[in-house]
This record gives sequence, C-alpha cells and structure tokens, in this order.
Amino acid sequence: MSILPRLSIDRRSLIRGTAALTGALALVRAFPTWAQSGTTGLVPAPDMLSGDLIRLTVGESHFATGGRSGHAVTVNGLLPAPLIRLKEGQDVRLAVTNLLKEDTSIHWHGLILPFQMDGVPGVSFPGIRPGETFTYEFPVRQAGTYWYHSHSGMQEAMGHYGPIVIDPAGSGPVQSDREHVIVLSDWSPVHPHVLLKRLKQMGGYFNMRKQTLAGLLAGKDQSAKERLEWGAMRMDPTDISDVTGAAYSFLVNGHGTAENWTGLFMPGERVRLRIINASAMTNFNVRLPGLPMTVVQCDGQDVRPVETDEFQIGIAETYDVIVQPGEPQPYALVAEAIDRSGLVRATLAPRIGMVAQAPPLRERPLLGMRDMGMDMSGMPMSDMSMSDEHSGHDGAMDGHAMKMRDKSVAPQVKMGPGVATLSPMPADRIADRPTGLENVGHRVLTYADLKSLTPHGDRRMPTRTLDIHLTANMERYMWSFDGVKLSDGAEPIAFRHMERVRVNLINDTMMPHPIHLHGHFFELVTGADEHNPRKHTVNVLPGGKVSFDLTADALGDWAFHCHMLMHMHSGMMRIVTVRHEEHEA
Amino acid sequence: MKMLAVFATLMLAFTPLPLWAQDDHGQMDHGQMDHGQMDHGQGQHHSAPPMPAQAAPSNDPHAGHGPAAPGDAMPKGAAPMPPADHAADAFYDRADMERARVAMLRENGGTIFSQFMLDRLEYQARKGADGYHWEGEGWIGGDIHRFAFKSEGEGEIGGPLERAEVQALYSRAIDPWFNLEAGLRHDIRPQPRRTYAVIGIEGLAPYWFEIGAQAFLSTKGDAHFRLEGSYDQRITQRLILQPAAEVNIAAQDVPELGIGSGPSDIELGLRLRYEFAREFAPYVGIHWERRLGDSAAYARAAGEDVSSTGMVMGIRFWF
Repeated sequence: MSILPRLSIDRRSLIRGTAALTGALALVRAFPTWAQSGTTGLVPAPDMLSGDLIRLTVGESHFATGGRSGHAVTVNGLLPAPLIRLKEGQDVRLAVTNLLKEDTSIHWHGLILPFQMDGVPGVSFPGIRPGETFTYEFPVRQAGTYWYHSHSGMQEAMGHYGPIVIDPAGSGPVQSDREHVIVLSDWSPVHPHVLLKRLKQMGGYFNMRKQTLAGLLAGKDQSAKERLEWGAMRMDPTDISDVTGAAYSFLVNGHGTAENWTGLFMPGERVRLRIINASAMTNFNVRLPGLPMTVVQCDGQDVRPVETDEFQIGIAETYDVIVQPGEPQPYALVAEAIDRSGLVRATLAPRIGMVAQAPPLRERPLLGMRDMGMDMSGMPMSDMSMSDEHSGHDGAMDGHAMKMRDKSVAPQVKMGPGVATLSPMPADRIADRPTGLENVGHRVLTYADLKSLTPHGDRRMPTRTLDIHLTANMERYMWSFDGVKLSDGAEPIAFRHMERVRVNLINDTMMPHPIHLHGHFFELVTGADEHNPRKHTVNVLPGGKVSFDLTADALGDWAFHCHMLMHMHSGMMRIVTVRHEEHEA
Repeated sequence: MKMLAVFATLMLAFTPLPLWAQDDHGQMDHGQMDHGQMDHGQGQHHSAPPMPAQAAPSNDPHAGHGPAAPGDAMPKGAAPMPPADHAADAFYDRADMERARVAMLRENGGTIFSQFMLDRLEYQARKGADGYHWEGEGWIGGDIHRFAFKSEGEGEIGGPLERAEVQALYSRAIDPWFNLEAGLRHDIRPQPRRTYAVIGIEGLAPYWFEIGAQAFLSTKGDAHFRLEGSYDQRITQRLILQPAAEVNIAAQDVPELGIGSGPSDIELGLRLRYEFAREFAPYVGIHWERRLGDSAAYARAAGEDVSSTGMVMGIRFWF
C-alpha cells in the first residue's frame, strides 16, 4: 500500500461525489476538496455538502500517512469527513447510512438542536445499526465553525470526524478575503482500544520523555530533592499527555508534516482560518511563526478581535483566526502537541510547491506545584486569608504529601482507588497561560482574553452553585467526575428548565481536561460580565478550576464529558438532564 | 552508582513498612467524619475583586496570574431530583433505547481489560550446574475487581524441576496504589506438594517502590510469609536498572520441605533491561540468594549449597 506523493495526484481525480464511495473500502488518501493540499480555500465543490438534504455514509477505509497505514472509519470514504456548509436559518436533514459491522452515530458538536437529534447512542437516540439509515432533522439556529464526529465506540479516533461551517443569515462581523478550514487530529494505525488497554496496563506507557538518571546527571529537569518529593507522592511531573507522539501521527486536514498540506493565499489578503481540534487525545499549541493571529471566534461564537501569537486549543474546541500574510513566501502553520512529543507543520503559501520550514520541537514542559493545585504564589491577597487550615503555605513540599488526599477539600468526592489526589488549593486558572506556554517569549491567548462580541442574553445571577470535581488515578488509568465513573451507575446531573447555575469545575488531576456539555453554550466566568465568552467546551488546567454560568435552556437528556476520548471511555462522563420543574414530583 | 546503592538500601528498608504506614487510609476517614457536613461552597470560595475589563491582558508575556475569581456570594441552592425516566424514550422505541443505554453505560468505564506478564524468564550462570528461573503474573477484570494469577519456579539446566508454584487470586483495589489479594497457592515442586491459602497485598509505595507481602497457610497447618520489593531506576527512557529483593519467613519448622522456622531465605537481584518496546525487554544482571537459620542447616545436612551467586540473562515480556 504505497503512499502516493501528494503533488503528483491529479486533484480532479480526487474530487469524487458521495455516490462513488458507498462501497466498503475507499481509496487510500482521498481527501475532500477543502482538505486537499494546494486548495484555494472554501469554494463550492462537489464534495462540499450543503442544501436541505445531505447524505452521509459511514464505512471502513484504509488510511495512510507518514509511511504508516491502517484501518480507518470514514464518512463518504474521506478522512477528514466532508465539509458540511449550512446557512443560519435553514432547515436541514442529514441522512446517515451505516455500512460498518457495528453501530455508529453522528454527534453535531456545538449545534443547538432538539436533544433527540444530538446523536449520542443511549442518551439522545438508539444509535444507527449496521445497514440502517437514520435521518437527523433540525433547524439551523446559529452561525460559526463547528464539527461532527461519531459518538459510538472509539470511531472518532479512527477518522470519523469532519467540519461544519454555518454562514450567518445576514452579513457577519468577520470580513475576510479567503477562508481555509484547518482540522487538527491525531492518528495511529493501532486500534484505539489497544491504546487504551496499554494505558490500563501501564499508565505511563506512551510517555517516552520521563525523567531519567542520565537527565539528572546532565542537570536536566527536576533536582534530586524535587524528584524525591514528587516520588514521595507517586506523582510524575512529565505526565502531560496520555497518548503521545510515540504512538500518534499529528495531522492537518489529514496530512502529516511530510505531506505538507498547503493552503493558498494572495499576499495582503485577510485569510480566515477555521481551526478545529478533532483529536481523540491531543491538545495542541497553535502558531504561525512570524504571523500574528487575530482571534475572531471561539467555539463558533464571535469574540472581540484579539491579537495573539499562540494559543492552546483543547480537544473539541474551535478557534477562528484572521491572518494577513504580506509577503509572497510560505508561512508555517504549526500545531504542536502540548507535551511536545510531536508536531505537525502545514504551509500557507502563495503557490503550491512551497514549503515553510518547520520549527524545532520546544523543550518538554514540566508540571509544577500550581498544576498540583497547591501553588498560592499568584493568588491575590484577599484570597490568602481564605482558610486558616491552609494558610501559611509557602510552596515548600514539607507536609504536603499528607494533604494530597485531604477529603475535607472535596466532601462530595467519593474516595477510592480512582482518586489519587485532590487539589488542596485549586487556583482559578481562567486567566492562566495554558500548560507549557507559561514562559514563552511572545503573546499567548488565555480564556480571559476572550470577550463575547455581543453581550449575552441571560444576565440573571445564578440561583444555584454546582461543583464538579475532575478526578483520576493515572497509575490505574481511572478517570471520573467526583470519584464516580459513569459505569458505576452515576446519577444524572439534573437542571430545572431555564435555571441559571454557576458550575465550578475543579481539576484534581495533573492533566488539562477539555470538558464538553452537549446542547448548550455556557458563559465562562472571566470577569468580563455580560461579555464573558460563550463556549461549548472548556479546557480546565491541571490542579485548577474554572467556572461557568449555564442557562439550562435545552430540554432533554444530554451528554457531559471530558473530550479526551479515553478519559470518557474510562468513565469521565455524566448524563445531564434538563426538565420542567413539574416533572420532579 | 552511589545513588543506586542508596536506592537499593532504601528499598530493603521500606519493604515491610509502607503497607502499614500508608498515609492514605486512616487519614481519609477522619476527613470524612469531620468535614462531611461542612458547607464547602461557603468555605472555599472567597472572591477577589472582579477583574477590571482592562486588567490582565494575559496576552502580554508577563501576565498569567491574576485569577478572575468567581463571585462567592453565589447561592448554593438546591438541586432538583434527577428524573427516573429517560427523555429519549418518548421519541424512540423503548427497547432500542434500553439496549443502547446498557451498552453506553458499560462502554464508559465498565470495559474489561487484561494483562499477562512474564517478568523474568532467565538463565542463571552460577557455580555448579547452571539454572533457569521464571516469574510471571497476570490479571483480567475491571478497575477494582480482578482475577489474578502468579507463577514462579526454577530448576537446573538438564535437571529436574526444583521449585514451581502457581497462585490463583481474587484481587481488589483498596486504595489508589494497593491491591488486596486472596486465593490459593499450589506448589508442584518441591515434593511433597503443598496447597496454601493466600492473603496478601501488593502495590506501589511512595518513591515508586513496587512492593508485596503475602501470608500462606498450608493444608497441613504451617504458615509462611513472603515479602518482595523492587524499584525501576530509569537510566534512559529505555535502559532500566532494577534492584529487587525477596525474603521468605516461616512460622515453624517444616522438615519435609527443608524449611526452618524464622527467616528461611533471602534473594537479591540487580537486573539491567533494555526496553525495545515497553512489552519486550531483554536483560542481564546478577542474582544472589542464601538460605538462613535452620533452613541453612537443613541444606547443609542435605549436602546442598547454602548460598549461590550467579549472572543472569533473560527477557521480560508482556501483552
């Protein structure tokens, strides 16, 4: 199964309608037009799906990148799946046919729709059985960049994901001369179930950048004293990603670095990049060296334009940025895995065939005390008096080992083998730079930089507070909310219809978790009041907490989970249910 | 190397201790008792002044600290009762939904996994006849409850099997690091064969020491104890030095097995492995063992060596 050099492929030969691809096996490396290297951007093409009836077929394919090939689950034979382009205000029907030997489904990530169309088997509908066609039908009530993916098994990790672009009904606030869709993902020829099995067998299986004796002797990483202190707690400061570049190829629109996906521009144009992190397990740092980015949307929601040099995109988040490349030269678009175990470089160029230089991987970051939920150095004075029990911490480790499982900091958490640590002093990390970007010498976006372009509608103060702890044991590879896995028979999280609730997500683990609530947008509490940004997914930094205000305006049962696929599959998930009050009796 | 020696010493010193000296157990229960009723919504969240709109443009390289601090005057409120029904049942066939629901619940946290590991499969070059040795274990189950098995044994090359035991155990996770295990051990060699009831504990002690302790009670009524420990010193990402120790203790004399009461034998090993893959690592090392006390006397009486030192080479693999 040889890999064809990208540039030698006649592009037209790749433009295939959906009808041609309903067979069981599609061709190697077939891309939708927008994802082909050398694309001029989003233009009408036979494989861009729009209109009021869209047909999608889920099937098996083979996929190859970087010299590796393997089994893939694809939509219409394509990886990434076809672009669905809709218009705000239209009605759409999406007929999804399942050619797999197992159930499948499609979840429309970030779309506001009736819950029974949300596409989560066992929650919103029964799933789509082999050979069956299920037709989703809903009105399109929003504009922006979104995506879709399977919610069945681990099909999402095998290629079952694609972008959705919804054009605004009127003229939107974002003006650009050209658009490119950038779908970031991670891919392994090894079945995701096997990857998960390895993690259950050995939590650090894929971490090939642990601290070593050789490193200590060379003066790298932690000092001997710190290593002993962390060892006393059985905590590993290099544990940043579960599945790393040791297993994954990182992709832009299905292309690895060598395949150099290229998006074209004319110098001076305003180019809009619709960036979607469709990874199973990888948070990325995104930058275009030498080219500032102006963030104009996040999770499909318009934000006040804010310029930055780099941002971290949690799994399932989307960021729309405007760049204005001025020179007729290639510019690198770099997505670097946050543990720096690998990156993918794509190119923006005035013509096909140019290759931007990929920057070297930066040094692997090390986790610190703040990631353990006990660094008070950045806290304002007013917080220093918050609790006598914990005052007097000076950042020294002495005695802290005993407090890493102090149940009094989280009475609601069910303690057990699945909870290795509780953050004793979780800082609000909404304004923190994300993991590994704390000290880079250029601008880095934080959530506090995102301000909703328009004030959001519900200005009521929340009438209720809900704390949810993100809990884990890395050694056993157990992940949960409040120490309880979904499979343990966890009760649904109930909301009254139109209730406004302050939700605090407290990360008791040392890994960032992109937490996604289906069917709703919530307002992150950043201090910008009615301009707090609206999101469907929030990446909660290690050892910290973030808060959001939720108006429970979507009746029905919804999934709520960590979007790290293997965390969800380990039980880090809940059903959220929104009902009218009278249903309680 | 000095550091390694320190580690090896520590390992021995720690082997019996952390089982009883764990910080996690008793402590937790106190916390629960004392604070279970505490209104932590009030206790934990104090507000910082709301962040001015202009403040903390964390985009600037030196920002990144001021928390926006959610307000704490936030009412705690009361959650509604979760409904007993499922919303989707109103739109789809109930049986179809039930089938999907059961699968979804099982899929997210309830999957069964397994591991089979042959930790040591080695050739021992030593004074007299060279020998072989194996030591392995495996498990199948969920996160908490597992069926586990262990086996170890040894013999002389070309000679008869000298020692072989198998254990079948129920293993239960009792805290983040340790498993309690209980079951049966059957010794095929030496003869006469013995069957024991086993209760034990194994897991990961502070400072990343793998430790285990098992107590055995045979069908003849004799009791024995075994303590084990090891430490993986990563020299590079793939080159790992593993000091390991094992001590066996008998509660009484068992003359037919050549075991005297008290510490009966000790084994120390130092193995250097190279992980071509995590699952496959050849190694070389040294191994020393000695019979102690009355067990040594039994050995001398039988004309056997009391101690033995050997070079070992072998492989470790798992799947």
